Amino acid sequence: MKEMREQSPGGVVGSRRGDPPYLAPDYVATRLRAPKEPLIILPSTLSDTTGPAYGRAPVGELDNDLTRQHEGEPLGERIIVHGRVTDGDGRPVRGSLIEVWQANAAGRYTHHLDRHPAPLDSNFSGAGRCLTDDEGRYRFVTVKPGAYPWKNHHNAWRPAHIHFSLFGEAFRSRLITQMYFPGDPLFWQDPIFNSVRDEKARQRLISSFDLETTVPEWALAYRFDIVLEGRRATPMEDH
Amino acid sequence: MGSGRTPSQTIGPFFHDALLDKDRSELVPPDHPEAIRIVGTVYDSAGDPVPDAMVEIWHADRAGRYDHENFSGFGRSDTVDGGSFSFVTVKPGPVAGPDGEMQAPHVMVSVFARGLLKRVVTRIYFPDEGEANASDPVLSFMEDAAFRETLIARDEGDALRFDIRLQGENQTAFFEL
Ligand SMILES: [Fe+3]
Repeated sequence: MKEMREQSPGGVVGSRRGDPPYLAPDYVATRLRAPKEPLIILPSTLSDTTGPAYGRAPVGELDNDLTRQHEGEPLGERIIVHGRVTDGDGRPVRGSLIEVWQANAAGRYTHHLDRHPAPLDSNFSGAGRCLTDDEGRYRFVTVKPGAYPWKNHHNAWRPAHIHFSLFGEAFRSRLITQMYFPGDPLFWQDPIFNSVRDEKARQRLISSFDLETTVPEWALAYRFDIVLEGRRATPMEDH
Repeated sequence: MGSGRTPSQTIGPFFHDALLDKDRSELVPPDHPEAIRIVGTVYDSAGDPVPDAMVEIWHADRAGRYDHENFSGFGRSDTVDGGSFSFVTVKPGPVAGPDGEMQAPHVMVSVFARGLLKRVVTRIYFPDEGEANASDPVLSFMEDAAFRETLIARDEGDALRFDIRLQGENQTAFFEL
């Protein structure tokens, strides 16, 4: 087991991948929940180079259209969110499940614990899913989520974002992240966005406005490409 | 940084309607002849249960094969019931390790929660596998016996208990993949 070693929880391995550290004290909830013992580095085994095959999972035809899940259309700015999912070597991640959830245009989740006094929209649940195609592409139709307050610090507001859950090809590639919108004025004060210390990695969380994919007289479009860990571990960098 | 991987962000508090819209905690029906129940509670460093986490498991079937025929090997549970999660599944068989040696039967676990900027990954090992556990390449790498012990479920008769302590005294051992 010569490959096995230990690693401090916020240390170089996390930053190699661009991930945030567990402990980001400005994000108050991390203080009691961030592990502090050294992480044990697991060499690749079948247990993490395999993963659930969601190609067989039933995904409804309209599951990727969050504007057509109810009788009427939700209020808000209709948008198309699309992109490509690849692994670290640029290979498409095919037939892989993506799940998304978000606040409505007013910044309110349908979740029963969301107490933000903004209106609910009976035509918007804010949850969707789809499978990537043979080139790793996905596409959602939704409305642009609103910013919302969250009490982490005085006058704390989350920048508009869509939560993404991805499986990729293996247990190893599992990722839950958030997609942001370009030019959001709330970035500077958001400790979750800024928990990603590396500037370049942080920019990878921001979608780009995509004029080419907009549909005239109907919807604006944003592109969000996602790079997952491959089936095998990427080689360690020496420090 | 070469791979340009997309960074992780917290699951936040409002994921339930999207991710737990249907029950994925039973990998086999409870009346399956070989069904076992795995239960546990997720705790923070103050010893308080974490009621807004999502726990996912991934494991091999009885013969040590992943995602085989009728057994997907994947499960999901919330912790809204006072921080506790629960799975009904079958005990996995041994699986080959990194250098070809056998690993003791184990379950891969991911925990996501508000306040976790990236998932924590751990493994559940079985208390009735003393010999296999002793020669398991991952467990035997861990020198600190108490730390190693956090990875072994406790037999409570009608269920196996695997509590997860995110931080503080008796913190569960977590892995970097
Ligand atoms: Fe959110």
